Amino acid sequence: MSLKRKLEQAREILPPSIYQELVEKLEQARDLKARDKEKVVDIVVRDYIAHMVQPGEPVGTVAAQSIGEPGTQMTLRTFHYAGMMEFDVTLGLPRLIEIVDARREPSTPVMEIPLAEEYKYDKEKAKEIARRIEYTTLEKVITAIDYTLGDNVFIIRLDPEMLEDKGVTIEAVVAVLEKAKLGNVVVSEEDPYTIYLELSEKVLPPEYLFDVKRYNDIVAKLKKLYIKGVKNIKRATVRCSEETGECMIYTDGSKLSEIIKLKGVDYTRVRTNNIHEIAEVLGIEAARNAIIEEILKVLQDSGLDVDVRHVMLVADIMTWTGKVRQIGRLGVVGDKRSVFARAAYEVTTKHIFEAAIKGEVDEMLGVTETIIAGLIPPIGTSTVLVGAPAPSNAGGEK
Amino acid sequence: MAYRPDFVERYVIDKIVFGILSPTEIRAMSRVTVITPELYAPDGTPIQGGLRDPAFGAIEGGERCPVCGNTRLECPGHFGRIDLARPVVHPGFAPKIASLLQATCRACGRVKIPPERAKYLLAILRRLRDRWPKLADNLVKEIEKEAASRMECPHCGARQYRIRFTRPYYFYEERPEGSVRLTPIEIRERLERIPDEDAELLGVNPKRARPEWMVLTVLPVPPVSVRPSIVLETAQRAEDDLTHALSEIVRINERLKKSLIQNSPESIIEQQWELLQNAVAAYIDNELPNMLQLVHKRRRPLKTLAQRLRGKEGRFRGNLSGKRVNFSARTVISPDPYISINEVGVPYEVAMTLTVPIMVTPENIEFARRLVLNGPNKWPGAVHVYKAREGIKLDLRFRQNLKQVAESLEPGDIVERHLMNGDIVLFNRQPSLHRMSILGHIVRVMPGKTFRLNLLVCPPYNADFDGDEMNLHVPRSPEAIAEARELLLVQKHILTPRYGGPIIGGRQDYVSGAYLLTVKTRVFTKEEASRLLAIAGYRGELPEPAILKPRPLWTGKQLVSLFLPEDFHFKGRAKINAGDLSCDSIECFHDSFVVVRFGKLLEGVLDKKAIGAEEPENILHMLALEYGHEKARDFLDRVFRMFIRMLELRGLSISLGDLEIPEEAKKKIKEVLDKARERVLELIEEYRKGTLEPIPGRSLEESLELKIIEVLSNARDEAGRIAISYLDPFNDVFIMAKTGARGSDVNITQMAASLGQQTVRGRRISRGFRTRTLPHFKPGDLSPEARGFVRGNFRDGLRPTEVFFHAAGGREGLVDTAVKTSQSGYMQRRLINALQDLVVTNDGTVRDAYGNIIQFRYGEDGTDPMLSYHGKPVDIDRAIEYVRSAKQASG
Repeated sequence: MSLKRKLEQAREILPPSIYQELVEKLEQARDLKARDKEKVVDIVVRDYIAHMVQPGEPVGTVAAQSIGEPGTQMTLRTFHYAGMMEFDVTLGLPRLIEIVDARREPSTPVMEIPLAEEYKYDKEKAKEIARRIEYTTLEKVITAIDYTLGDNVFIIRLDPEMLEDKGVTIEAVVAVLEKAKLGNVVVSEEDPYTIYLELSEKVLPPEYLFDVKRYNDIVAKLKKLYIKGVKNIKRATVRCSEETGECMIYTDGSKLSEIIKLKGVDYTRVRTNNIHEIAEVLGIEAARNAIIEEILKVLQDSGLDVDVRHVMLVADIMTWTGKVRQIGRLGVVGDKRSVFARAAYEVTTKHIFEAAIKGEVDEMLGVTETIIAGLIPPIGTSTVLVGAPAPSNAGGEK
Repeated sequence: MAYRPDFVERYVIDKIVFGILSPTEIRAMSRVTVITPELYAPDGTPIQGGLRDPAFGAIEGGERCPVCGNTRLECPGHFGRIDLARPVVHPGFAPKIASLLQATCRACGRVKIPPERAKYLLAILRRLRDRWPKLADNLVKEIEKEAASRMECPHCGARQYRIRFTRPYYFYEERPEGSVRLTPIEIRERLERIPDEDAELLGVNPKRARPEWMVLTVLPVPPVSVRPSIVLETAQRAEDDLTHALSEIVRINERLKKSLIQNSPESIIEQQWELLQNAVAAYIDNELPNMLQLVHKRRRPLKTLAQRLRGKEGRFRGNLSGKRVNFSARTVISPDPYISINEVGVPYEVAMTLTVPIMVTPENIEFARRLVLNGPNKWPGAVHVYKAREGIKLDLRFRQNLKQVAESLEPGDIVERHLMNGDIVLFNRQPSLHRMSILGHIVRVMPGKTFRLNLLVCPPYNADFDGDEMNLHVPRSPEAIAEARELLLVQKHILTPRYGGPIIGGRQDYVSGAYLLTVKTRVFTKEEASRLLAIAGYRGELPEPAILKPRPLWTGKQLVSLFLPEDFHFKGRAKINAGDLSCDSIECFHDSFVVVRFGKLLEGVLDKKAIGAEEPENILHMLALEYGHEKARDFLDRVFRMFIRMLELRGLSISLGDLEIPEEAKKKIKEVLDKARERVLELIEEYRKGTLEPIPGRSLEESLELKIIEVLSNARDEAGRIAISYLDPFNDVFIMAKTGARGSDVNITQMAASLGQQTVRGRRISRGFRTRTLPHFKPGDLSPEARGFVRGNFRDGLRPTEVFFHAAGGREGLVDTAVKTSQSGYMQRRLINALQDLVVTNDGTVRDAYGNIIQFRYGEDGTDPMLSYHGKPVDIDRAIEYVRSAKQASG
């Protein structure tokens, strides 16, 4: 058989990446003759087949153990990213628990936003976009809001430094105030950083002129006035890679659906650590990949070595129904059909009462149920059901 | 258990159906009606119609059950009943009763959904139920909501009122005239009116659970075997909690009956009815909220039905998911490097207690006779003999005429013999976090009181010998023994599926020993070499010596090579390949690049990276993967003894002197630390003045802290580097750290240079008094020494404040571990529960217990991670290398 045909055959069997590697490495090995190369192909194919999982292998349990066992070796605390002093990011065991819990919102949501070609090598342009992203309210650009009880004029004092930093102009603030339709907006003539807001009667009826609570409510409302940015993004900073010179925006807070729509953002490479957002915006397959990547990242940061296959299995059981499900009572375990499996896990009696009402049937197919009933679980060697009749003259079983 | 040789497994549970017992069923299975709370007559005999009526089943030895005529061994026990004077709500079903009442008409009992729509919904529900039970549940919830919102019955047009449910069992109807409590009688009447189809629409299976059965009219009383009484030392009887709860119910029930007959005032009856309801609810679940608990004398709440099932020690998790076993032993473990990794040393005492059944055959009858002759107290002997023909069990512990028993043995008898050398047992250490926490070992009976364990098997168990205990289990059936041998034997678990690498391998002294044996400077005389090889059990010729003059000398590498397969090749960095000793290729001056060609260790020292546990892609890994676990076991059993013997020849010990550094170095370290302190003070000054440049997105204080920590940590590292550079690279502390045997550069730094910054919650230590950590410092002092920077080292000792800071940091570590274990334990329990049904099936897909496909191909490439090269299914480079070498070898 020629090397070519051997390779053709190998291609049928081997995974594409391995096949690719094999072809490349054989090409590089110039000292080998075709016959030797054939031998290499034989060895590779033989090894690949020899190293396949056997039917019956309890891969679920092995995956759970492989991820759970190193849990004790993980850190508990929040750490900073190496070299990234700007944010605290939850890592280690708490983050891992958060991922398998499938929480709606991570405790420290963060995004990594690469920029389109024309912006990514220019730190200033990148900063410009970062400013646009950062959720900015009036509160962030003022030093104070003053008022006198009985007077319907509020004095808003802007902070020049913050205006500069956030890239907000006085005109923009005025526009925002006007749009809020609270009353007349006048910029002070002596000091451009002072704005007078004369409230209309609708907002502050005369009978409330001495109601402190009313005033405070208005101040709170003013502070919350939206100037610009994307909701949830509390902070956005720019960092440029020293090697490639590419600038990226890192944010505290996450809102994938908005960010990918922004101009200047390279939406193909945007990342977030919020798995539910990914599931909603990009679909369940993307969420599965995100779960895999996030778990691997946690494990790697803690210096733990766990095979991807285990992580993939966890991600798959969490997502195969098309929805992101939690590993636990409200998700994967709670969805089990077996009454016993659920009862043996948590809130025992509730499941039994409900089963009685519904007249449920436990088919005794899973591991927990079979153990409970003293049967042999359909796992490993018990997946094979072969029996031989006992010799009739046997003196007796044990 | 009675010995029944004819016992064969005849029935297997196929499925279990849940439902509610109907009053008819309860009455049908009842053998006695309980009418008195009294248990025993004054003479101690059980009272008829009491909770210990003999009809509940035989429990005492010799007693015959009046119902089934069996003795206590065969009598399963029989149910009785309490006919309740007035119906009561079953608290477990109360929430469902509430939604049923809300969703159905108060007059006609139909579900409040127009007939056409109801039919349509029922059709959908029936289709969903089998395939998507979860969706069916959701649909039921929607139907309930829709029906409950309708305030006029679409069937009979009756006006509807809101039903309010208050836990645990109160129902109120909000009528225009006010809120009216519904009595269980009324509730039951309403539930009776719900037709079967409508019940089905509301998620009740009417065949197995008619809605009205959720209101109890008759209460089943479990047999005494479910609630056994115990006889105290004082010869008093103590009844089970369930009996107490039941007798409370009977007492109230009888009182209520009497009141009803006597036509007592309504208020009294109602009060007693309420008590009955409470007692029945408590009998079912004594931890319901807003309810009076049934209590014992001394206020201890009774453990009633729900409490028996619930929780970690409850029936489900405590007895059904995890069971207690016989034929097991537990004792302290201690090390023995001279037994195989496959073996476990078992004390004689244990071996004479645990037994294995062997069937007597014509072939082994002599052997069996010898065992019986030895008896129970002489190893190897036997403890029991089952005579097949007579069908009796002989206990040799109480028989004097062993000789007679031995002679009477015949094929077919079963002898329970002592545990013997060569038997397989399961050995386990908790916490059992992965499958390598239970392995099969071959028994080796020996003197002593501890289990003996080869040190190489410590990593999978995470065991050490500071008092650890381990459990041992004896598999007894041929199937179990076969599975233990074929699947659980230690050598089959040298590789772990967690990352595809060896988990069994050298640690600590093995690593130091391997290094000292294979280091370039070490050569052996013929006698030394022979000694080393002897301990490894080598029987062949000595190889050609590496050095011939002035006398023949052998290198350690030569000795190790004798145990490697002849076509074995390996290349890889050693652990010491770092810093000054780093090399990238096989041309390595520092001997830090391991090269094995044709089974000869040509260069490179063996250390953690080559022979260590938990180091993927090392020599052990390749041996186990490519030459089989038998070969790997052989290597571990022989060569590793040589490593230990090497240490015994040379000695390995550390002393204060190993950490002593010259004055010059101390001065340098002081300079570094002083400079760092200066720098920190500068930073603080800048911060005070407000000129400190903040890190973007951080407050000024945070920025300062981050910068200080950075400066101090660099200073510590620098101090450590200085100290290490002055240490003798051949002192034992250094060797251990470099080879990965024990300790690290950080440990050496802390011993010889400075402990560095102590942290709590990732910050410098800042708590204690209001603005200072200790009274030794001025308030508001931010300097390194006031905030937990320890300049001192373990060799010179610490200052008092430093001791305190170090202890604070150390305490946090302890707390952390304690919290972590519980958290990660719970996470693992959830993972296991979620994933345990997943199996690779014959077609290569991964499926759950119901056949749902989770993965089309396991791990996308179908590779078993345990059999992988650190995750990769094949190592193409090695394949090419093999072919190339084979070619070379053949010329």
